Amino acid sequence: MKRLLSGNEALAHGAWEAGVRVAAGYPGTPSTEILETLAPMPGVYAEWCPNEKVALDVAVGAAYAGSRSLAVMKHVGLNVAADSLFYASITGLEAGLVIICADDPGMHSSQGEQDSRRYAKFARVPCLEPTSSQEAKDIVGVALDLSERFDTPVLLRTTTRIAHSHGIVELEPERALPQRQEKPSYRVDPTKYVMVPANARRRHPVIEKRISQLAEYANSFAWNQVEYGDRRLGIVTQGVAYQYAKEVFPNASFCRLGMTYPLPARLVADFAARVERLIVIEELDPVIEEELKLAGIPCEGKSIFPLIDELSPEVVRESAIAAGLLPESSRPTRLRLERPPLPSRPPVLCPGCPHRGIFVALRKLKVVVNGDIGCYTLGSLPPLTALHTCGCMGASIGVAHGVSKAGIQQKNVAVIGDSTFFHSGIPALLNVAYNQSSTVTIILDNRTTAMTGHQQHPGTGHTLQERETSPIGLEPLVRALGIRQVYVVDPYNMSQVEGVLSECLAGDDPSVVIAQRECALLPAARKAYMPLRIDSAKCIACGTCRRVGCPAISKSDELYQKNARPKSRIDPLSCTGCEICAQVCPANAILFRAQLKEEAKPARWEHNK
Amino acid sequence: MTRPTTDFLLAGVGGQGILLAADVIALVGLESGLDVKKSEVHGMAQRGGSVTSHVRWGEHVASPLIAPGEVDYLIALERLEALRYADQLRPGGTLLINDYRIVPVSVSSGSDTYPGAEDEEKAYAGAIERRIYVPAMSFAQKLGQARVNNVVMLGALSALLDVPEDTWLKVISGRVPDRYVELNQRAFSIGRAYSATHL
Repeated sequence: MKRLLSGNEALAHGAWEAGVRVAAGYPGTPSTEILETLAPMPGVYAEWCPNEKVALDVAVGAAYAGSRSLAVMKHVGLNVAADSLFYASITGLEAGLVIICADDPGMHSSQGEQDSRRYAKFARVPCLEPTSSQEAKDIVGVALDLSERFDTPVLLRTTTRIAHSHGIVELEPERALPQRQEKPSYRVDPTKYVMVPANARRRHPVIEKRISQLAEYANSFAWNQVEYGDRRLGIVTQGVAYQYAKEVFPNASFCRLGMTYPLPARLVADFAARVERLIVIEELDPVIEEELKLAGIPCEGKSIFPLIDELSPEVVRESAIAAGLLPESSRPTRLRLERPPLPSRPPVLCPGCPHRGIFVALRKLKVVVNGDIGCYTLGSLPPLTALHTCGCMGASIGVAHGVSKAGIQQKNVAVIGDSTFFHSGIPALLNVAYNQSSTVTIILDNRTTAMTGHQQHPGTGHTLQERETSPIGLEPLVRALGIRQVYVVDPYNMSQVEGVLSECLAGDDPSVVIAQRECALLPAARKAYMPLRIDSAKCIACGTCRRVGCPAISKSDELYQKNARPKSRIDPLSCTGCEICAQVCPANAILFRAQLKEEAKPARWEHNK
Repeated sequence: MTRPTTDFLLAGVGGQGILLAADVIALVGLESGLDVKKSEVHGMAQRGGSVTSHVRWGEHVASPLIAPGEVDYLIALERLEALRYADQLRPGGTLLINDYRIVPVSVSSGSDTYPGAEDEEKAYAGAIERRIYVPAMSFAQKLGQARVNNVVMLGALSALLDVPEDTWLKVISGRVPDRYVELNQRAFSIGRAYSATHL
């Protein structure tokens, strides 16, 4: 059966076909859809964990207990899970363990580019990379086999253009997963699994030997393939870069690596000997290039192709032209259009976003805001410009604590989302309570993991597989961490928000403000949409409403006579009726919901008709 | 020489239904027995930002991304986004524009200017001969559901391609919720009829 699948969907089908029983992860673009696709499949247990480290520990545990297992995360998630990757490499497992890590070259939705293949060498585990959706499906089983054969976790690395590109995949007909006849018993082996120094010392030589055995095996590994064409140019490549290279150099000779660590040194040396010029085309770091050079195989890579940003057919072609590998005439003819400078269209907080009011208040209070990872990072953009740091998941509270201990003039505030707080904000808030700083922490509780597409988390009361569970309340949790001043506010209520924030900022004790309002894109919120309207006669064209940065508000064609400036208008198709603009309007020109309802009421005499 | 692939670039604003439109084009290619690839990004880009999706049909498709200058059909769901990506078309390529404007925050609360019709004309005249403004949003609003403006655009595209109408209708029926099938089919037919008579 042929289906059009994204790389992520294909990975999930591959995991299911290969008999993965336990899968765990934390949402992160571009990896999220893998677990979402796998979760409803029969015979699989899949869960969202509070963070990637927990997810990897869960997968390790299942593999210790004899089940094929999967941990899924984005590149920066593997940083969080790195500690667990290293011990899992040292202990090995009882059944296959694959860690799917999705890198984001070009940073479409990430705070940084990093090449996770570096972790493979660092932790002495093999790294596999698919070049298409079909390969993504097929490679999961290969990775699990490799994991079991060599007693090692396997890193399966994808990138955005594999994860979110769709291609045709041949799927096996649907079938029930073979059920186990009886529950296996847990195999106890302390010298292998209890990593106290005495045991770890014995294990270290084992994993060094394992990686050299893998390097030898790589030479005959079926996924490392050589395709001979024109032998004047030989290209060593991986992942989606292979597809770009094929597009730009359709006739060249190719050495395509399905395993990019450890490198099949003999295979590539043999290929190198049969071509005139050897180049490496790989996205991000020169991982293959460095290994080739260490193996004494001369090649060119990052001297031709960029280290920064994602590759594309255009980037590969232009780099090749600059290096004299292709003639200038290979460039497609481009249209030359005479255009004025075009306005940018950066991502913005959605109409009705519950974060908007908080940032409007923070801007007014002129405080330093230490931010975190989530939709609310958009609070840093104009016209709000009310978020001043953002580094990684969970960093906001620790950074804010540090800022407040540094003795600066301004007060400062940490903002963090609900899912991000569960992910890694908890120990940082514990530190605020323990070491007592005046840090004000705002938890933007929109009842979901919004940025990645509305995944469940410990606060929502539902699991990935849609089972009901007890929702973890933020207020009792925060109090249990030792914070005494805790306020719950409605972020649509501007005066309440401003009042509570001012009170918190005036004090010297640590405080937490939980701004609770569900994401405006959730079904329940959608049901309550009610577009507002501007009474044009009252509008004084001051632009205050437009400075809340709502995409539903724009300049009207109508000018205010006194200052000849454009009045404002509200797009009825996108306004949700959150009333933030109505609350900041100094002329009371924006009608509140209650006013609109009053207006819509038929006059008394109409009832009698 | 015939081109080995047919390349579609969809452009618009996050939330406009670009991903569904791209899915339909890709599935029509699959139904027609072609190799297909499609690429887009999720996450940050969807929050009202500028969004694109690449779809490629061919006997064999390698790269999921189309190189600039090799786009055969640019399907723009918004006028500014049409202007932004128009130079991705190959000479002789076709530009389909939803006659609809979404003003970005950089204009509504900043100092940027939204380009006017005369700016568009200046850019396209002499460079892009095959271009159609489709009043897809106003058709969709007349149907009572603004969201189907993307399917009106698909209908407009379909009239320019050598694929049976039934293939499109079948794919659309399979891709939208049951209760919206009829509405989407009507939106498709309106778009198809419009571009057949306006190219």
